[in-house]
Amino acid sequence: MSADDPKAEASASLSFSGVQMTYPDGTVALEDISFDVKPREFVTVVGPSGCGKSTLLKIASGLLPETAGSVSVDRDRLGYVFQDATLLPWRTVARNVELLCELHGIDKQERARRAQAAIDLVGLTGFEKHHPRRLSGGMRMRTSVARSLTLNPTVFLFDEPFGALDEISRERLNDEVIRLFESEGFAGLFITHSLYEAVFLSTRVLVMSPRPGRIVAEFHVPFEYPRAPELRFTPEFAKLSGEVSAALRGGYED
Amino acid sequence: MTSQSAVESTGGVGQSARALARVIVPPVVVLAGVIGVWYFMSYRGLSDSQRFILPPPHEVFSDGMLTWKPLKEILEGLWATTVVVVVGLIISIIVGMAIAILMSRARWIERTIFPYAVALQTIPIIAITPIIGLWLGFAFNARVLVTVIISIFPVITNTLFGLQAADRNLHELFTLHKASSNTRLWKLELPAAQPAIFTGFRIAAGLAVTGAIVGEFFFRGGQEKGIGRLISFYQNRLQIDRLMSAIVLSSLLGVVLFLIVGAIGDRATRHWAPGRRR
Repeated sequence: MSADDPKAEASASLSFSGVQMTYPDGTVALEDISFDVKPREFVTVVGPSGCGKSTLLKIASGLLPETAGSVSVDRDRLGYVFQDATLLPWRTVARNVELLCELHGIDKQERARRAQAAIDLVGLTGFEKHHPRRLSGGMRMRTSVARSLTLNPTVFLFDEPFGALDEISRERLNDEVIRLFESEGFAGLFITHSLYEAVFLSTRVLVMSPRPGRIVAEFHVPFEYPRAPELRFTPEFAKLSGEVSAALRGGYED
Repeated sequence: MTSQSAVESTGGVGQSARALARVIVPPVVVLAGVIGVWYFMSYRGLSDSQRFILPPPHEVFSDGMLTWKPLKEILEGLWATTVVVVVGLIISIIVGMAIAILMSRARWIERTIFPYAVALQTIPIIAITPIIGLWLGFAFNARVLVTVIISIFPVITNTLFGLQAADRNLHELFTLHKASSNTRLWKLELPAAQPAIFTGFRIAAGLAVTGAIVGEFFFRGGQEKGIGRLISFYQNRLQIDRLMSAIVLSSLLGVVLFLIVGAIGDRATRHWAPGRRR
C-alpha cells in the first residue's frame, strides 16, 4: 500500500508494484508494471491484443502468480467480470447470482437478500427465474456483474466484458457500469482494446505497449460523472481520444 | 388478431398431426417392410414341412400373442426379468457413477482403473459362470450380477466424460473463490455432467435387458422364471411361435426402458441442455 504520506487520502485499493510476468518458456508478458487504483477511481488499461492486459487482471485476482514485484489488494472484496459471462447454465438467474455467496458460506436468507438487491441494481428485476439460455448476451453479462456485486467488492476487475456484444448493448452496458461506479463507489480496473470505451468510462486511462507489456502513457480524463452518451461526440472527447490513439500507435514504434 | 389466431390454430392442429406422423410413419413403414420379408421367407423360403422353423407373422401373432395361456406365461416371465433388470440397472448406476467419480479425482486413478473397466465389458460370461456360481449361487443374485457386468461400462465412461466436460472458465471462477474439491464436484462437475450421465443410463438400460436374459440362460436357479429361461425352453421344444413372441416382447421391454430413462433425462435437463436435433 502506498500510503506513507499521512496527508494522503484513502490509500490505494489496488496496487501494482514492479510487477513482472515471465512465462516458463521465457516470454515476458508484463514488465515493470506499477500503478495504483484508489477508491472511487476508474482506471482503464488499453492496449493491443496479446499485450498482457488479461494477465494483469489474473495476477491482481491471484489466479496467476507474478514472477517479480508485488500486488496489494483485499482479495476477499474483489469483484471480477470475465470476458465470458460464465454462468452455470443449469441454474436460474437468481441461483447464479447467489453462487459466490454460496462459495463463501453465507447463509441462505442473507444470500437471497443480497442476490435480489444485486439483480435489482443491474436492472434484471423480473428475470430471477429465467435460465441463461433464454437471456440475451447483454443480460447474461448483467447477471455476471450482479453476481460479483453480492460480495460488496471494494475493487472491481473487468476483463473486456463487452467485447462479444453488439454496439448498442455495449453502449447500454457502459452506461450501467458508470451508474454502478457512481452508486457503489468501488475502485475499478477495466481492460479493453477500445480506446473510446476507455475514455468514456474512466477517470484515468493507461496505455500498454505490445508484448512485453509496459505502461507507456497515462491520461487523466477530466469529464464529470454522470457521463451522458452524447459525450462521445463532443470535441473534447475527440481530442482526448486522439491523444490516446496516438499513444497506442506510439507504443508499437517503441 | 382473431383471423391470425384462427390460422394459427388450424396450423397448430395440422402441425402436431404432422409431427406425430413424422415420428410414427417411418418405423411403421420399416415394420411393414420387415413383415413383408418375413412372409416371403416363411412361404417361399421354406417348404410346408419346414415352415415350423419360421412360421408366418399371423401365426406367430395368433398363437404366440393372442392365445392367453402362452401370453400369460410370457408376460409372467417378462415381469420376473424386469425385476432383475431394474435391480441390476440401479446397482450399475450407483456403482458405475461411484467408480467414475473416483476416476475423475486424479489422472493416475483413471489410468489405473480404466483397463479393468474395459476388461469387465469384454469378459465372456460363460467363462466366469463357475466363479459367479461359487460366490453368489445360481439364482437371483447371480442373474443380477451378470446384468450389472453387462450394463455398467457405459455408465462409467459416460459419467467420466461428463464430469470432465465442465467449462474451463467455470472452473476458473470456482478457483478464484477458493472452492474445495468437493464443492467443485457437487456444484459444478456433477450438474454439468447430467446430459452425458443420462445418455449413459439410456445405453445401460438397453444393455441391462440383454444382461438379465443372458443371466437367465446361465443361472436357472430359484423360483422365478424369467423370459431368458422361457426362451431357452421354447427353443428346445421348437415352439417357434412362442419363441418369437417372447423375443418381440423382450425387445419391447428394452425399448420401453430406454424411452423412460430418456424421458427422465430430458426432463431433468430441459432448461439448459442442448436440445437433441429434430
